[in-house]
Amino acid sequence: MPISAKNAPRVGLFVTCLVDSMRPSIGFAAIALLEAAGCVVEIPRAQTCCGQPALNSGDTAGATEVAKHTIALLEGYDHVVIPSGSCAGTIRVHYPELFPAGSPWHARAVALAARTFELLSYLADIQRFQPQGVALQARATYHDSCSGLRELGIKAQPRKLLAKVEGLAITEMDGAETCCGFGGTFCVKYPAISNAITEEKTANIKASGAELLLGGDLGCLMNMAGKLHREGSPVRAFHAAEVLAGMADGPAIGEVA
Amino acid sequence: MTTAFIERSNRALADRNLKLAIDRTTGTARTKRAAAVAAWPQFESARDLGRDIKDHVTANLAHYLSEFERNAIASGAHVHWARTAQEACDIVIGICRAEDARSVTRAKSMLGEEIGLPHAMADAGIERVETDLAEHIVQLAGDTPSHIVWPALHKTREQVRELFLAHHTDPGALATVEAMVSSARRQLRQKFMAADIGISGANFLVADTGSICTVTNEGNAELTTTPPRVHIVTAGIEKLVPSTAHAMSLLRLLVRSATGAELTQYTTFHCGPKRVGDADGPEAFHIVLVDNGRTKMLTEGLAEMLRCLRCGACLNHCVVYRQIGGHAYGGTYPGPMGAVLTPVLDGLPIAQDLPKACTLNGLCEEVCPVKIPLPAMLRGWRERAWRDGLEPQTIRNGLGLWRFMVVRPGLYRLATRIALPAIRLFARRGWIRSMPLAGGWTRHRDLPAPAARSFMDQIRSQGR
Ligand code: SF4
Repeated sequence: MPISAKNAPRVGLFVTCLVDSMRPSIGFAAIALLEAAGCVVEIPRAQTCCGQPALNSGDTAGATEVAKHTIALLEGYDHVVIPSGSCAGTIRVHYPELFPAGSPWHARAVALAARTFELLSYLADIQRFQPQGVALQARATYHDSCSGLRELGIKAQPRKLLAKVEGLAITEMDGAETCCGFGGTFCVKYPAISNAITEEKTANIKASGAELLLGGDLGCLMNMAGKLHREGSPVRAFHAAEVLAGMADGPAIGEVA
Repeated sequence: MTTAFIERSNRALADRNLKLAIDRTTGTARTKRAAAVAAWPQFESARDLGRDIKDHVTANLAHYLSEFERNAIASGAHVHWARTAQEACDIVIGICRAEDARSVTRAKSMLGEEIGLPHAMADAGIERVETDLAEHIVQLAGDTPSHIVWPALHKTREQVRELFLAHHTDPGALATVEAMVSSARRQLRQKFMAADIGISGANFLVADTGSICTVTNEGNAELTTTPPRVHIVTAGIEKLVPSTAHAMSLLRLLVRSATGAELTQYTTFHCGPKRVGDADGPEAFHIVLVDNGRTKMLTEGLAEMLRCLRCGACLNHCVVYRQIGGHAYGGTYPGPMGAVLTPVLDGLPIAQDLPKACTLNGLCEEVCPVKIPLPAMLRGWRERAWRDGLEPQTIRNGLGLWRFMVVRPGLYRLATRIALPAIRLFARRGWIRSMPLAGGWTRHRDLPAPAARSFMDQIRSQGR
């Protein structure tokens, strides 16, 4: 369904704190893709973090304070789009749990949850977007990050979009749906356990024969790319949005321009 | 901070034999379960039914408990109530003493482990013979179970062979797994027949008949409960089901989720003692119903955990369990279900690492045959730990500072502007190999250097 300028949705892009600090190119890729899909993209100025560190540490009061900030910031948009399954899952699934049912904040959280989407599933499912004229000669493998997969049902969407990239072949690795060992603060609280999990993951990535590792969550990608680099593997990692936006000719995660 | 849990898990991670043993058993279990689920188109609705049966019983616990008691007594059984682990052990030891029992056989029961029965029997000077092959191995090694379905999962067959060579009276060469099983059988057979009392657990307590159901693959439960004069059952009160039909619905879920088989080799319903005219069976039949924290779980928002069938699927699929095995958890129950239960049984201060040492990836909930929301329950324990002030002060301070800035975007931007270039000083060709305060990350993996300028700063200069 082509969208005319008149009914083009006003999309608030929430890039996540990791993309903001670690890899802005994912944010720019998201802008490019959303605009190509016909959206009017705005970047809410006061955005910071969705609050996962507090939420996953059991600091409900802290998470609630951050959630209120984010809800007030984002609730004016037609849609809110986030290039991360776990941050989108936080807003869609966990924000409403923070407030007592029947309270005004609960209603606002539920309303925002219903309008909030992870980028790749938003492009594929809501905008029925198909990338055009993007080419990349490479063999890639795709890691399904856990929150996106199990909280939001993201599995086919990134593969469907990536299938339109000319020259790109996706080789599925063993255990594509197995957790990479990141787990947010888990990976620094329990580094040895996290490392053992990640080692199994990188072994599967390497065994797939892929040159590129793709995914939809920067945290997981940094974890796997960081391990691959420590192991001396030549596999390079990108967020799928960067590939779809034709930006994979630039530096991969950890590479210098 | 290095906690006892971290020390135990570090030891486990260094043990390559353990990893081999875990991979062999859980790998087979995952493959077989996946095949069983794929061959069962109604699996999803069976899960819903299983969940509903369990929730119905939990919501009407008092009703079904008294129905079970009434019918069990009518069948000739003695019913005992134990509020705590200690009370349960005292009741069992009391029966052993009253019966003047010298030798007691025991069929595998995680509840028995939970209440510390092996220990209590040793203290009371009662000889205990474990009849389940894996429990026999665990007993010979002076160990505790490391998995709720395969208690000796942590032992490779090579290690089992050495144990049997050292402890069995007539082991032979033990060149094959079959030879090892035969040796255990020879060793245990005489004990089966000589025992005064047999103790078992129960997979289901059937309210409308007062019978109990055990499932095993070795037939040892039958040999434990039939020849001795006395049969004692110890069971948690959450094992109740309204009827045999309900037990069968749950049994299908349990067995397929545990081993991928359609049914266990032996599924036995025990109802009361031997009656006049019966060929065999115990003369006395005791059922010890154990609470040990279960009614407390009902009132503390953990009711869903009482659905647990002890199938072990969540352990087999857990990325953490698969790396560290069962003993590292430090409680009776390991894996995701253990991380929910152990804080109830041992207290949150001791067990607080368990709910935290989890990536919240959600696979356990996806495979649980009765749809227990394990990740949400683990989050619940984290909230409790935070509220109770168990989180180290350094982490509380760090998160407090972070939160202060996150809701003050101007300050957050300023901090980012200062931090990013500072962190980049540690990078060499795009990667950071080590950096103060980042050891948790950089000990095992490299950290990509952050951006020179944040996304939001770049956006601002573009005037968007
Ligand atoms: S929590 Fe679910 S998957 Fe885990 S042992 Fe219990 S029933 Fe099985």
